[in-house]
Amino acid sequence: MDQLNDIEKAALDALASVVTEEALQAWKTAQLGRSSPLMQVFAGLGKLSKEERPAVGSAANRVKVAIEAALAARETEIKAAALAKSLEEDALDVTLPGRTVNVGRLHPSTQQLRRVLDILKEMGFQVYTSREVETDEMNFQMLNFPLHHPARDMQDSFYVESEGRGDNPILMRTHTSPGQIRAMREYAATNPQNPPPIRIALPGMCFRYEQITSRSEMQFNQVEGLAVGEGITFADLKGTLSDFARRMFGQNARTRFRADHFPFTEPSAEMDVECFVCGGKGCSVCKRSGWLEILGCGMVHPVVLQNGGYDPKRYSGFAWGMGPERQLMLRYKIDDIRYFWGNDVRFLEQF
Amino acid sequence: MKLPISWLKDFVDLDGLSVEDIARTFTFGGLEVEEIHYAGLPMPKDAASNEFKTSGIGWDRDKIVVAEIREVKPHPNADRLTLLDLFDGTQEQVVLTGAPNIFHLKGTGKLAKPIKVAYAKEGSTIYDGHADGLVLTTLKRAKIRGVDSYSMVCSEKELGISEEHEGIILLDDDAPVGMALVDYIGDAVLEVKINPNMARNANVYGLARELAAMTGRDLRSLPDFGGLKGGAGNFAEIEIVDPQLNPRFVLGLIRDVEIKPSPYWVQRRLRLAGVRPISNIVDATNYAMLELGEPLHAFDYDVLNERAGKKQVKIITRAAQDGEKLTTLDNVERTLSSMNVLVCDEKGPLSIAGVMGGAESEVYDASKEILEAKAIEPKEGEPTMGKINMRGKSTTNVLLEGAAWNFINIRRTAKQHNLPSEASFRFSRGVHPALAEMGVRRGLQLMAEWSGGKIEAGLVDNYPLPPKESVVEISTRDVKRILGIELSAQEIASLLERLEFKCEIRETIIDTRKSKNELSNIEHRISVTAPPYRLDIGEGVVGVADLMEEVARIFGVERIPETRLADPLPPQVGNPAFEWDERVRDILVRLGLQEVVSYRMTSPEREGRLAAHNEYARIANPITPDRNVLRRSLLASALEAAEKNVRAESLELFEIGPIFEPVKNDLPRELPRLAIVLTGLRAATSWDVKDSPALDFFDLKGRIELLLAGLRFVDVTYAPTESVAYLHPGKAAEVKVNGQVVGVFGELHPLTKEKYELGARPVLAAEFNIETLRALSPAYGIVPVAEFPPVYEDIAIIVDESVAASRVEGLIRQTGGRSVSDVRLFDVYRDEKIGANKKSLAYSLTYQAADKTMTDAEAAAIRNKIVKRLEHEVSAKLRS
Repeated sequence: MDQLNDIEKAALDALASVVTEEALQAWKTAQLGRSSPLMQVFAGLGKLSKEERPAVGSAANRVKVAIEAALAARETEIKAAALAKSLEEDALDVTLPGRTVNVGRLHPSTQQLRRVLDILKEMGFQVYTSREVETDEMNFQMLNFPLHHPARDMQDSFYVESEGRGDNPILMRTHTSPGQIRAMREYAATNPQNPPPIRIALPGMCFRYEQITSRSEMQFNQVEGLAVGEGITFADLKGTLSDFARRMFGQNARTRFRADHFPFTEPSAEMDVECFVCGGKGCSVCKRSGWLEILGCGMVHPVVLQNGGYDPKRYSGFAWGMGPERQLMLRYKIDDIRYFWGNDVRFLEQF
Repeated sequence: MKLPISWLKDFVDLDGLSVEDIARTFTFGGLEVEEIHYAGLPMPKDAASNEFKTSGIGWDRDKIVVAEIREVKPHPNADRLTLLDLFDGTQEQVVLTGAPNIFHLKGTGKLAKPIKVAYAKEGSTIYDGHADGLVLTTLKRAKIRGVDSYSMVCSEKELGISEEHEGIILLDDDAPVGMALVDYIGDAVLEVKINPNMARNANVYGLARELAAMTGRDLRSLPDFGGLKGGAGNFAEIEIVDPQLNPRFVLGLIRDVEIKPSPYWVQRRLRLAGVRPISNIVDATNYAMLELGEPLHAFDYDVLNERAGKKQVKIITRAAQDGEKLTTLDNVERTLSSMNVLVCDEKGPLSIAGVMGGAESEVYDASKEILEAKAIEPKEGEPTMGKINMRGKSTTNVLLEGAAWNFINIRRTAKQHNLPSEASFRFSRGVHPALAEMGVRRGLQLMAEWSGGKIEAGLVDNYPLPPKESVVEISTRDVKRILGIELSAQEIASLLERLEFKCEIRETIIDTRKSKNELSNIEHRISVTAPPYRLDIGEGVVGVADLMEEVARIFGVERIPETRLADPLPPQVGNPAFEWDERVRDILVRLGLQEVVSYRMTSPEREGRLAAHNEYARIANPITPDRNVLRRSLLASALEAAEKNVRAESLELFEIGPIFEPVKNDLPRELPRLAIVLTGLRAATSWDVKDSPALDFFDLKGRIELLLAGLRFVDVTYAPTESVAYLHPGKAAEVKVNGQVVGVFGELHPLTKEKYELGARPVLAAEFNIETLRALSPAYGIVPVAEFPPVYEDIAIIVDESVAASRVEGLIRQTGGRSVSDVRLFDVYRDEKIGANKKSLAYSLTYQAADKTMTDAEAAAIRNKIVKRLEHEVSAKLRS
């Protein structure tokens, strides 16, 4: 019996200095292996007397259980220690920058055009595009800018060299409005007696003869909207554009309309939206006024309707125009319009 | 148009309206106030949150007052300064000044007639008269050359009235001493934007009429012209050669005028309105113009008489002859053309009609001439500087012209001679001929008042072409149909009558037409006659629209309700071409490319770096010489964009947009293109990426493959091409979709690359015709995902260098047919063992059966067939 106690004590003492997996295996072989002292005791049980056998057997079993339990406990400890060590060794400097992938982006103007057009599409206005180089007739005359009319002062043009065209020279369109005439004519051609209603959005690049400065550009995008039908009113214009403004600038965006003048609409108005930067309190973006000039609009001029093939006595409509770059400049506080066609990726990457 | 509030007050009662209220009313009514300049009247408390742009100052009521100078005494220690004995209404003050315009009174003792001035007491805030620009300053006590100074007599600049700082303000004699200056002449000026449709309102009376109409107030009539009316005068004759150019010409005459400065209040109003005071006669023409909108021109009647050789003065208006010359009153000799209209006498041209007067017959102020001559002291031996019209004697008799001109003509003339003026601004936008007579009468009246002259009875009036009276019929239905508001005929009429339209409610018609937008089948028609100051009301449907604008404005655009479109929605058909381009953009962005947008205008030199074109759509009036044509290459634009970002480590750019192919004397063809430029490192340098390889041909090709796959094109082939001069001949390919060439790409030719500043790394470029792409039909439908296990196998074959990889792959796929579901080239290898001019191509093949598990034996059989085919077709050898 004493021998068993010695075996137990020796085993547990030996275990105390075991710290590695390998040493543990060796200890296990030494203490529980076939030739271990304990196993020798079990092997010798048969040689004992009937009387001695149960007591020694049970004592040997107790020792075996104790040694096994100690083994399991130490095994867990050693594994935990090994794991802790490996985790510690694997630790990263998590403040190092991550690996990125190359991200592509749309030009901010394209992004803004999409925002605008997506809303308009949902409102039933379909995209209509037309050419960038136009005739004087389409860009001005058909839109009720007669030759030499003072209204032309508002839109200085780039002319394209041509000869023998008289009063109809070729020019870079100054607005997307010639598309209004082209669209109306296309629609009217489908049923000249009863031209169908129109709801279109006209996006595209426009050109004005202006020096390139931080505030003015020689080319810029425009989006126009046009609705023509029987019984479209100025009240509809106000309602539709206020709806648009809420979609574009926020559900609580307030609008106001001021009378204005454009040759191709009458009556005409300017729509202001309550400044979305300061909520109307006055800030540097709205120049302290609380309002932002967002778009010009009006009822399609009868001459324009007529030129498009729509009888102004029967049809009416409204049109409006706005500038995506201007909207971006307001929204992102961009103070230099030259960024847009400067194509500096350090600017473009920010959108 | 600069509108002083004080002047507006002459015609509308402004009680209860603040300056900002007035500005807001104008702005909402289509006369946008761009700025308010305060010249005395109090500025709004919180200027920072004002809804208008503002400038100027408000005058402190207690500190800035009317005062009188009683004596001008010398300064004991300074020759150029004077000390004023001044009474400010409550006490005597001693004020120090250097003002030159009272300097001559120095030491003359007590003034017989005290001089009224604007006096700023200690502590008042005014502008610093000596500073450049406008700098506010507060008056503090100081010693100047030993004399205490604490207050000032002010110049216009110091009070924010004008830039004038030559001398102090000398108020009119009836100015009440002690009165707060703001109550006497406190003002604010509205800068009103005059749109082309508002040309009639480029004058105080017009704006007063608008304000009265929009606020429902009374418009005061113009001062009575009294005895000025009368029959035809006989002091001149008028011959109008072309009434289309000159529908009316009116002359008045005033004799025995004394040319001198206008009263101060006149000068102040003119300056506030942006016009420099000259003399009472010239000021009267300008004042009448600003008030009524009719530009006037004053001639020296004696000069005309002399030119006429003492015969009757005869004025002739006619088109100029090409090359005819006239020296205008700015002493510039101008060569005229037949589009210019001249006012002449029988001896020749006197002035350019409606634009600028001639030097010879202008009103002459001898006193001013002498002052000017003194100011420029001639050096010895040099001729005296003098104007060509140095006549020695001031004008005493003035012939006053008021006329109507063809606005197109004036517009072109003013442009041609670069002579924008107050007169040409108005005439080039159209002035009603009725104003010619009114203007002349008002001008004469003011001249008489300010110069002591006597008006000759009658006017000479030649009016060959009165404008057609504009009568438009509108109905209550029009108002409902266009504006969406229901107004009664009486309501409509009363709105229009506020702007002096004459309205006659004609009849009530039972309209039998039924339309969904009509609530009522009764319509009242109103016959509307435009007032005799307007040329802008058209006929028929145009006239109706013109009147709708007026109804909306006077009713108030803000008051019109907001409704939603009730009209049927048109068929929704989308825009496939536009959407296609957007899809291309989306795919490229997904592939990591950045979109750029460039100028459409470029120069042949810029583009010539890439590819030279001879023909261009050329800009006739380029804004800069390097943007003088419309681009013919989108890739050139994209390369320029890359060039601007040359410092970036890696660039992957694309642009979609039109190029312009010229067509002689017609619209150019606008052809949509896609350009791609790649250059730089494949991966960004970072803490664990040190030497990323540079982007090369296959990076670009991979993106193109993915783009075309994204567009669902299946039949895509690539073939080498040497036809693109700007691409490396060995690293260039053309892309065919469904057998049709849609684009080219490759590495930029070294010689082309040299012309750009694009760094050392290869530059990859692609150009696609997206219009062609759009027209090709993509494939739809997916390939089923295989259910049964495949067999994978690698084979390597050795072929000649000249054998294209695409040919080998094509043969493998063709031979393997459906059983080979995937072929992937995973290695290209060259070495001595393989042999010179040989390469090894290693492929991973996937053998797949649709309906069962592929066995190794089956796969081997297919492989043997493939290898045989390759041996036969391209002399390939299987590598062991």
